[in-house]
Amino acid sequence: MQNTTRTDWGRRQPPIGGSNFELYAWFFMRVSGLFLVLLAAGHMFIMHVFNDTLNLDYEFVAARWDTPYWRTFDWLLLALSILHGTNGLRIVMHDNIANKLHRSLALYSLYFVSTAFFVLGTYVLVAFVRQS
Amino acid sequence: MDVKLRILRFNPETDRKGHWEEYNIEADPDERILDLLHKVKWFDDGSLAFRRSCAHGVCGSDAMVVNGENMLACQVLVKEVSNPIKIEPIRGLPVIKDLVVDMETFFESYKKVMPYLVNDEVPGERERLQSPEDRDKFEDTTKCILCAACTTSCPVFWTADTYVGPAAIVNAHRFVFDSRDNASKQRLEILKDVNGAFRCRTAFNCTTACPRGIQVTKAIEDVKRETLTIN
Repeated sequence: MQNTTRTDWGRRQPPIGGSNFELYAWFFMRVSGLFLVLLAAGHMFIMHVFNDTLNLDYEFVAARWDTPYWRTFDWLLLALSILHGTNGLRIVMHDNIANKLHRSLALYSLYFVSTAFFVLGTYVLVAFVRQS
Repeated sequence: MDVKLRILRFNPETDRKGHWEEYNIEADPDERILDLLHKVKWFDDGSLAFRRSCAHGVCGSDAMVVNGENMLACQVLVKEVSNPIKIEPIRGLPVIKDLVVDMETFFESYKKVMPYLVNDEVPGERERLQSPEDRDKFEDTTKCILCAACTTSCPVFWTADTYVGPAAIVNAHRFVFDSRDNASKQRLEILKDVNGAFRCRTAFNCTTACPRGIQVTKAIEDVKRETLTIN
């Protein structure tokens, strides 16, 4: 008979060395959420309170993007909101789509659309040159 | 008083899915839901299947859905719930018969988190000592009776039974925050998996459902934060 004791059973190797992805994703949601509140509030006040969206024109945007500060502000808002939103949707899809194939399809479409928007947004922000 | 009892019945030999059956019972307002089930089984329909053991809220056998909420049938009085009383088996686990569910996946998840003290150091001639402050850290989670009311009230568990569920995390919490235990890291490694603690969406159903009043969602958040600090 095999010589096993209760402590031997307790020493079974748990699956150590797994990915930390879910941990970091969870932490990212909390930190990015905090930043997004500030960034989005700032964005809203600039666009809708201090200025009126109806009066915003090319000149307004171009003047803002003359400084790297506002480009960074807008890029942070873009990057954080896309990542935050994509991760949120990833979680919703994981929870609600039971079929593996459907889930993969939904997830990959989500990643594709998010990446496209992110690349497009970043391109505009970086490559924008004022046309006078 | 007259009580209308509606029970979701399922007989695996004849039924393909559950159906509601109604029983009219004469009951005292101070009687428990469990007493009503006994009356049905003993005097009306002996084929009714349900689990119960101690009947005093300690063994955790008789968790069921009463009027849409998870509770122990032995802890709730007739006067505390609205009439007619609807009783269903707890959700998310396969029904064996009537109110009896297959708890296998529930206990598998429980075993996965190593719910026992791991400490290979020789304690010496006395027991392992612990300060009252250290003991308080996991006082709440020692109260778990493994009734599965929390896990089967969790909407994430309903759609994905691969999720370890609140009960397993509560029992991991019990040892993770025990100063005498040496395997916290291993438990947290297990719980950082995609189906571990981070699957929790803080719906708080578990906290409402727990018949022992454990702050389940708080315990899960404690575990998440602890995982962050060790990584």
